[in-house]
Amino acid sequence: MNIFSFIKRKTFARGVHPAGNKSTAGMPIRRLPFAPRMTLPLAQHIGKPAVPTVSAGQEVVRGQLIARADGFMSVPLHASVDGVVEAIELRPSARGPWAESIVIRTYEASTQAVRWGQPRDMDTLAPEEIIRAVQATGMVGLGGAAFPSHVKLTVPKDRPIHTLVVNGCECEPYLTCDHRMMMEMTDAMLTGIRYAMRAVGTPRAVIGVEDNKPDAVEAIRAKLPADGSIAVVAVETKYPQGAEKMLIKSALGLDVPAGGLPSQIGVVVNNVGTLAMLGRLLPAGQGLTERVVTVTGPGIDRPGDYWVPIGTPMRHVLEWAGAKAVTEREIILGGPMMGQAVASLDVPVTKGVSGILVFDRRDIEAEDQRRAYPCIKCGECVNACPMGLNPSMLGMLAASREYDSMAASYHLGDCFECGCCTYVCPSHIPLVQQFRVAKGILREKAA
Amino acid sequence: MNLHSPRIELRTSPHVVKGLSVERIMFNVVLALLPIAAFSIWQYGLSALALLLTVIATCLLSERLFNYWSGEPNTLSDWSAAITGLLLALTLPPSFPLWMAAVAGCVAIALGKAMFGGIGHNVFNPALVGRAFVQAAFPVSISTWAPAYASHRFTEFIPTTLTLPLMTPADIGPWAKQALDGFTGATPLARWKFEHVATAPYDLLTGAATASAGETSAILILLCGAYLAACRFMDWRIPVAVLGSAALIAWLFQLWNPVRFPDPSFVLLSGGLMLGAVFMATDMATSPVTPKGVWIYGAVIGVVTVMIRYFGGLTEGVMYAILIGNALAPLIDQYCQPKVFGSAGRKT
Repeated sequence: MNIFSFIKRKTFARGVHPAGNKSTAGMPIRRLPFAPRMTLPLAQHIGKPAVPTVSAGQEVVRGQLIARADGFMSVPLHASVDGVVEAIELRPSARGPWAESIVIRTYEASTQAVRWGQPRDMDTLAPEEIIRAVQATGMVGLGGAAFPSHVKLTVPKDRPIHTLVVNGCECEPYLTCDHRMMMEMTDAMLTGIRYAMRAVGTPRAVIGVEDNKPDAVEAIRAKLPADGSIAVVAVETKYPQGAEKMLIKSALGLDVPAGGLPSQIGVVVNNVGTLAMLGRLLPAGQGLTERVVTVTGPGIDRPGDYWVPIGTPMRHVLEWAGAKAVTEREIILGGPMMGQAVASLDVPVTKGVSGILVFDRRDIEAEDQRRAYPCIKCGECVNACPMGLNPSMLGMLAASREYDSMAASYHLGDCFECGCCTYVCPSHIPLVQQFRVAKGILREKAA
Repeated sequence: MNLHSPRIELRTSPHVVKGLSVERIMFNVVLALLPIAAFSIWQYGLSALALLLTVIATCLLSERLFNYWSGEPNTLSDWSAAITGLLLALTLPPSFPLWMAAVAGCVAIALGKAMFGGIGHNVFNPALVGRAFVQAAFPVSISTWAPAYASHRFTEFIPTTLTLPLMTPADIGPWAKQALDGFTGATPLARWKFEHVATAPYDLLTGAATASAGETSAILILLCGAYLAACRFMDWRIPVAVLGSAALIAWLFQLWNPVRFPDPSFVLLSGGLMLGAVFMATDMATSPVTPKGVWIYGAVIGVVTVMIRYFGGLTEGVMYAILIGNALAPLIDQYCQPKVFGSAGRKT
């Protein structure tokens, strides 16, 4: 161990240090009872929506396939409860527009054990077979991106992978679901890592964990294989440490080329929660029916991490976690830095939902009273942007609607919308929001 | 619990903020300037107090007036006009007639700030615009210096302070001689330039030399600056670049000709360099935002200051050096855009 490791922590340049608020980190994951009705949207992932294989009135068993993948850029969907398919219809979704969903009425006697599955010997499978098996689980990136996991594990033949980076940073404030999974599912996670290493053909894996979770680092270190193929590194607690490119920089010291993918430099990144679930589901031959969700925030009475069946309506989760009796609130799916506010409590928990945050009216009020100023060119955003952009300049260009110049001269395309610029701005300029608008307009122009 | 008809707020991420605000930054700059203002009052008494109050009041009034004319909301609460007033007063000689000071305050806000569109839009440091204006308009008064620690400074004004508007101030000489024995009425920079006498560094550090109201104690200015830098309300790189480059170039000149050119410590501690480097060059709106640009900007100011002092007709060059730096800031930013993460191999 380097004696300077305390001074020079593994990290990336710039970024911000929001308050952690991870009060649920010490609590074991609990189970929620089933909701009387489950809503499973067909498009819970990036790519083509799944195609239903059941019809209204049909009985389904927890773990049963109810929609198949439509091609390679798609994943199947599994029933999360025993029950009967009530309808396949449009239902509210987190993104806003209603989305085609399978609605299942839960049988009261439904058990939370998953009996559906075809156990198999993973050790005999070739890499391509592992990737097919991953697709069959319906797994997507559980960190929030909801990108199909099997696509991520499929690397072009001409790009040899030297390291699998496992993302256990959980840099978003409030969220603790990955932390709890690292603590409680360490073995499954290491199993999942080994499958992923074989799928991408690498002998080496590095687990990056932010140094505000020393217990997780210790828990993993105690169970690492003796051959040294898997290592765990503590990286600085800093947002957005969990961004792919930032973590690769911190853990390996490598720069992913701007506009490029990690596989170009021989790295594949996967989330700890995703791999932990794969370690559990793959040998059992089961599908993804539930996930761990952090339910927390000032508006919640009993915050904690919960196993939530996919398709559980937000209202059910909030009732059980004890949403405080206030009538005005903000409900966020994901973390506070990049999460999405939802308009309806009928929106279900989908595969990509890592957290549900509830902020009271009074938390929001302070923000409303803040006064917006013109840019005073303090440079805080420039010192915060992890991608090395100049948000101050981009913001001024956005205000004068010079979108083309933003992309051509100021690298708008490299912005991954982490929100650090808006977080620090003393003038309260909605920088990242303007950048999203600019990107949208440019996309429309290009189309 | 009512989960059936809650009013749900919809916002876009990020849903949390750091809580930094323009008001907080500006208020802390005001706080950091107060000890310097207090010290100048201690040194020059009633006249310095009247000067500070006059300039701050005219700045605030002008700002409010422009708010009113332009139909903008009241911007006094952002403290930036107060900073302009404080800084401007601290760069003026303590004996400066109050009516001229009021002109300076008015011009600072009108030409330096309001004309460009208010806070954040100004190209030049407003306080320096005001000072540059009165330097041209009242060349005699702006180079008339009063002695510090005059015996009756808390009971009587310096005679020139209360000059009637549009009147020429009286000669300060007889009063100054009576107030303090052996007072020459020249700043350390002027004494060096015209009489070839270098003031002792100790006097410069502690403020025992003749100067503008707030330029006297280098130690105090550095301490106040350190507070701002420690709280991250000021970019520490700018004063470091300004002072570093000034010291470096002064040292080179001294190596070349030790008889003609003074010690680098004299360059750093005399005149308005310290106040300018710590409080004027660091003005956020008029300095670059890019990390590399900030160093270049500071270096330009340091070098130009020394050049004006050594080779220009004026004894002091900080004001023009900073104004030149302000003018160059957008250009410097243009050429110092930060390097995009992972762009090492990419053609731009």
